[in-house]
Amino acid sequence: MRLRDLAHSRTGDKGNISNISVIVYRKEDYARLESILTPERIRQHFAGITHGEVLRFELPQLGAFNFVLYEALGGGVTRSLALDAHGKTLSSHLLDLELPF
Amino acid sequence: MSTSKTSIRIGCGAGYSGDRVDAAVELATYGKLDYLVFECLAERTIALAQQRRALDPEQGYDPLLEERIRACLPICARQGTKIITNMGAANPLAALAKVKAIINELGLKDLKLVAITGDEVTGLITGDQILIESQQGVSLIQDRIIAANAYLGIQPILTALAAGADVILTGRVADPALFLAPVVHAFGWPLDDYRLLGQGTVLGHLLECAGQVTGGYYADPGYKDVTGLESLGFPLAEVQADGSFEISKVEGSGGEVSIGTCTEQLLYEIHDPTRYYTPDVIADFSQVVLTQTGKDRVTARGGGGIAPTGMLKVSIGYREGFLGEGQISYGGQNAVARGKLAIEILQKRLTRSGIPASDMRFDLIGLNALYGEAASGHEPGEVRVRATVRTNRRETAIQIGREVEALYTNGPAGGGGAYSAVKEIVAIQSVLMSADRIKPELHVEKT
Repeated sequence: MRLRDLAHSRTGDKGNISNISVIVYRKEDYARLESILTPERIRQHFAGITHGEVLRFELPQLGAFNFVLYEALGGGVTRSLALDAHGKTLSSHLLDLELPF
Repeated sequence: MSTSKTSIRIGCGAGYSGDRVDAAVELATYGKLDYLVFECLAERTIALAQQRRALDPEQGYDPLLEERIRACLPICARQGTKIITNMGAANPLAALAKVKAIINELGLKDLKLVAITGDEVTGLITGDQILIESQQGVSLIQDRIIAANAYLGIQPILTALAAGADVILTGRVADPALFLAPVVHAFGWPLDDYRLLGQGTVLGHLLECAGQVTGGYYADPGYKDVTGLESLGFPLAEVQADGSFEISKVEGSGGEVSIGTCTEQLLYEIHDPTRYYTPDVIADFSQVVLTQTGKDRVTARGGGGIAPTGMLKVSIGYREGFLGEGQISYGGQNAVARGKLAIEILQKRLTRSGIPASDMRFDLIGLNALYGEAASGHEPGEVRVRATVRTNRRETAIQIGREVEALYTNGPAGGGGAYSAVKEIVAIQSVLMSADRIKPELHVEKT
C-alpha cells in the first residue's frame, strides 16, 4: 500500500523551503501514519532533493501533518534551474511512499 | 459598511495575476458580496512590474487591471460591493489614474477610489542589512537591486475603508490583510485582539488563492474526484462578528468546498502552524476546526494569535543574470538511451566551451526532471532532454539553446521538437525592517 491510498497532500514554497501537507482521508489512519511518517523517513524519501533539516508539525484535529523541508528547492524558486522550481510536484512524490502494511 | 451588521460576505476574485476573469464576474454577479478582493501579487510579481514601470512610467500595475475593472466594477458599483486589490503592484498611482479613466468612460458616478503607496522602500535599503535567506549582507546585491517592497498590514486599508472607499488599490501588502481589513472594519475589532485577528487571518489565508479552496489544485482522479473544473467557482465567505465564517461558492458553479479542499489550503505555504507571521498578528492555525455544514459549505473556527513582532518583511528583487534553456524530445524504444547520449554530448561540448558544471543542469523530462535520483526509474515511451544554464552573460544563455538545436543534425537519431528560451532572472531575497520606519500614504480620487 502507498501513502496515496490513505492520504492526500499539497505543496507550498517559500524561498528554498518546501512545505508538504499530508492529510488522512479517515481519521483512524492518523495514529499509524504518525509512527511511520517520521521526519527521518521523509528525509530518506526525498534523498537527493532535500539537503537540509525536515520538521514535522501535527494537527490531529484536522488529520493532518505538515512537513517542512529545508534546502529543498535548488537554491530557491528564483535561482533554481529545476523544471518545477517551486517544487509543486513534490506532494505527488511523497504520496508514492510505500507503507509497510 | 455599518458596524451594526451581524455578518459580511467577502469573495476572492483572483488568486494570482493571471487568474480567470470569468469566475470573478460570476462571483461579483451572484455572490451578494460586501467586498470583492483580488489578490494578484506573487513573490516576484512586483519586481517584474517595477521593470515595466522603468520602461514606461504609466505602467507597473497588474496587466489585467483594466480587464478586471471593466468586467467587475459596473456590477460591484450597482450592488454596493467594495473592491480591495493589490493590483496597484509597482505603481498604485498609475492604477488609480487608469481606474478613474475607466469609470469616467463607463459613466459610473459617485465612487471613491483610494490608492495606497509607501510599501516601496528601495531608498531605505542599505548594504549592512542582512538578507534572511542567504545570511549575507545586502551589499552583495546592492548594485543589482530593482526594487524593495515592504509587506504592509491592515492599517492603511482600514483608513481607506473608514474614508468610504469603494475601490482600494494597493501595492505590496500581506496577502491575508486584504481580507482581514474589511472584517476588522465591519465589526470594529480592536487591533490588539489577537485571537480575532488570528481567526481573521485564517479567513484571509483560505480565500487568498481563490480556486485553490474550491476544488482547484485538488483533483486526483480515482482518489479525489472533482466535477466541473472547467467552470470552477471562486470562493466567498460569510463572516460573523465573532470571527467564525463559512466558506462557500456560487451555487451551480464547478468545483467543491470540502474539509479536504480547506485543509489543503489551510496548510498551503505554512511552516510552523502555531506561528504564521503577518504584520498585524502572529497567527496560530494549529487549533483550527473545520466543519462541513452543507454541500460546498465549510465553517472554520479556532484560529488564534499573539502580538506581531513589529518588524515587517521587505522583499528585495534584484537581477541575477540570465537563464538559458534548450529542450528536444526522443521517443520509442531506447528513447532513454538516446536522451542520455544527447545529454552526454551537451555536457562535453558546453564544458569544453568553459561553462562551469555547477551552473548547468540536465534533465530527462519524463524520467528524472521532477524527482532526480529519487524517481521510480520506469522506462517511459518518450523523454524530453532539458538543458539549462544560469549565467551572467546573455550569449552563454543563448548558446545552450543553440547547442540543443544542433542535436538535430549532430546528435542521436530521431530527435524532434527542439525549443530554446532565454530569460532574465529576477531573484528575491528579504530583510526585516522596523514597521515604524515605513509610512503608508493614501491618495483619494472621486468620480
